[in-house]
Amino acid sequence: MQRKTIFPQKGLPYLLLAPQLAITAVFFFWPAGQAVWYAFLRQDAFGIRTQFVGFENFADLFADPYYLQAIWTTVFFSVSVTVLSMSVALLLAALADREIRAAGLYRTLLIWPYAIAPAIAAVLWLFLFHPSIGLLGRGLNAMGVAWDYRLNDGQAMLVVILASAWKQVSYNFIFFLAGLQAIPRAVLEAAAIDGARPIRRFWTVVFPLLSPTAFFLLVVNIVYAFFDTFGIIDALTKGGPGKATETLIYRAYLDGRVNLDLGMSAAQSVVLMIMVIGLTIVQFRFIERRVHY
Amino acid sequence: MFRRTFATGAASAAALAALPAAPARAQQRIDINFWYGLGGALGEVVEGQIARFNQSQSRFNVIGAFRGSYVEVMTSAIAAWRAGNPPHIAQVFEVGTATMMGAGPAIRPVHQLFADAGMPLDGSRYLAGVRGYYSDTQGRLVSMPHNSSSAVMWLNLDAFAKAGLSTTDLPKTWAQVRAAAEKLKAANATPVPMTTAWPTWVMFEQMASIHDVPFATLANGFGGLGTELQLTGDFFQKHVNFLLDLQKAGLFRYAGRDSAGDPLFPSGEAAISFNSSAGRARIVREAKFNWASVPLPYHDDVIQAPKNGVIGGASLWPLTARNRSADEYRGMAEFFAFISQAEQDKWWHQQTGYVPITQGGYQAAQAENYYQQNPGADAAIIQLSRAEPTPNSQGFRLGGFVEIRNIIQEELERAFQGQQNAAQALTNANRRGNVVLRNFERANRG
Repeated sequence: MQRKTIFPQKGLPYLLLAPQLAITAVFFFWPAGQAVWYAFLRQDAFGIRTQFVGFENFADLFADPYYLQAIWTTVFFSVSVTVLSMSVALLLAALADREIRAAGLYRTLLIWPYAIAPAIAAVLWLFLFHPSIGLLGRGLNAMGVAWDYRLNDGQAMLVVILASAWKQVSYNFIFFLAGLQAIPRAVLEAAAIDGARPIRRFWTVVFPLLSPTAFFLLVVNIVYAFFDTFGIIDALTKGGPGKATETLIYRAYLDGRVNLDLGMSAAQSVVLMIMVIGLTIVQFRFIERRVHY
Repeated sequence: MFRRTFATGAASAAALAALPAAPARAQQRIDINFWYGLGGALGEVVEGQIARFNQSQSRFNVIGAFRGSYVEVMTSAIAAWRAGNPPHIAQVFEVGTATMMGAGPAIRPVHQLFADAGMPLDGSRYLAGVRGYYSDTQGRLVSMPHNSSSAVMWLNLDAFAKAGLSTTDLPKTWAQVRAAAEKLKAANATPVPMTTAWPTWVMFEQMASIHDVPFATLANGFGGLGTELQLTGDFFQKHVNFLLDLQKAGLFRYAGRDSAGDPLFPSGEAAISFNSSAGRARIVREAKFNWASVPLPYHDDVIQAPKNGVIGGASLWPLTARNRSADEYRGMAEFFAFISQAEQDKWWHQQTGYVPITQGGYQAAQAENYYQQNPGADAAIIQLSRAEPTPNSQGFRLGGFVEIRNIIQEELERAFQGQQNAAQALTNANRRGNVVLRNFERANRG
């Protein structure tokens, strides 16, 4: 089953691996190692006075009720973004997979939002939902809905979830569409001959066959919601109002870049690193087993 | 083979690089990098200021770079210093002053910069309120005053006329502001009667200063790192409750943090706004109505003769670097001396709406009747200089002030949403802000 290539001497494989290893070391292990080291230090903004404080930064972090709140905000935000973007993408992909006129055009148009940078996506949504300059924001206020996401926790969360999910729908759409097109027609036709209606065919035949794609997208989407939504939150709400949309990654940015407290920010990065490692292990060890490949 | 082509290539590249350098050497200028954080209309004036300096002499060439918001300029300058490649001059906003002063070897104090260059520096040329904010405890300038403003009240006079309010006898106290806002609402003169930009700077820092109320102990932090916030005092309770009442009555709209409230006044959406006097450049350009700028209102049941307001804005910090030559430091001092000339200062003041930083600049503007022709352009200057500064009104020197401002804004947002009352908001802000001060004290002591 497994084929092994055995090199006669050890030098060549290491030489061939060297560029990749060097890149990994310089761009991953070195900064990550620095973050771990900084997490145990307390320094002023310029790094002139540095003091080793052990686990004090971590102790401060978990004694901070706002940090625990940020964890829940992040969980709620990530689950909402993942569920929303994946379900909308699956619906659109199922619709685009049928024999309809100009299917190619729809497919192309649906992919466009993925090419937009998060900050630009946020500005587009700002022009929709801003209470005084946004099209929908003004409309809602004119209809008597007190719409102001800058001063309403729930509305702020809704806007950042919508903007983040919208951007990710395209990506999910491509993968779901490819997954759908890879399903053999014969299987579907056999199910149809057996008398299964379209909805039943979808849940019993299509959906299980899509599960590898769905599993892959689940991982990608959660990682996206955790780490890549910074631009959207920064451009739309800056973590506010209050701390309503302050996710873990935004908090790490605030403490490190705005408040210039590198020790606390590094400690948060380490916590995030551990969470992501844990998440990946859980997903691959427990969820992957139930996925049909 | 490989080695030879490489060597020839390198040699020809070196020859190419040397070619244009040769004729330029005759008038080789020394580059001075200057990072600033003013965009839009104000950023254009900064570029104009740099161009005027570069044309005025032939030894130095200041290269301006817009680096984003004030926060971004400061963090990127600090990151650049840590990486060993900082700009010569960084524009840092007033709330970053304590952090920069604590930066020891990273900065070259302005008084030392001038002394090293053998150039005179007369501190008394600068306006007292401006100088005090950027001086050390011995009264020596540490950073160079650049763009100083104060918060003023901006009024839409067309909306006032529509609401039947006087356009000459303008509100002076908060009670009068409230009465005006009620009339504006009743007449539906603008969608929003009143708003504010910079909620903490205007409603906390300026208010504490003009009402002579401590914002923090030890003279707002001038007395040392052990300073503690005093936000739970009666005055702040009164003022936050006043704002909450106005909001409930539909007279005040919270427009967001920091500068988020900027556009509401020039667009005509809000009739009364509180913002930096430096908003003038934008308002002159964008506002399609008659307007006025007047000193900030005060609570006349707290103080009868309001004190001076504090400045806002930014100053210029000379940054050190390992390989920085004496000539480069000299160029930085020359640039600072140039912008402090009365003529240049007057130009800057009139173009931007920032207050003049020198007495000479103010007198030069007075001499050409600038304030008669532009009523309200001196509102900030009057407000800054109308009283002898007290320990409560000389300014703020608090470590982590950016974070403290954000904390106050967060707690205010919770209060404006009705999640907590004024007393709870202030207690929370005070407690959380003091944690920031203690962390700064630990990181900067010893």
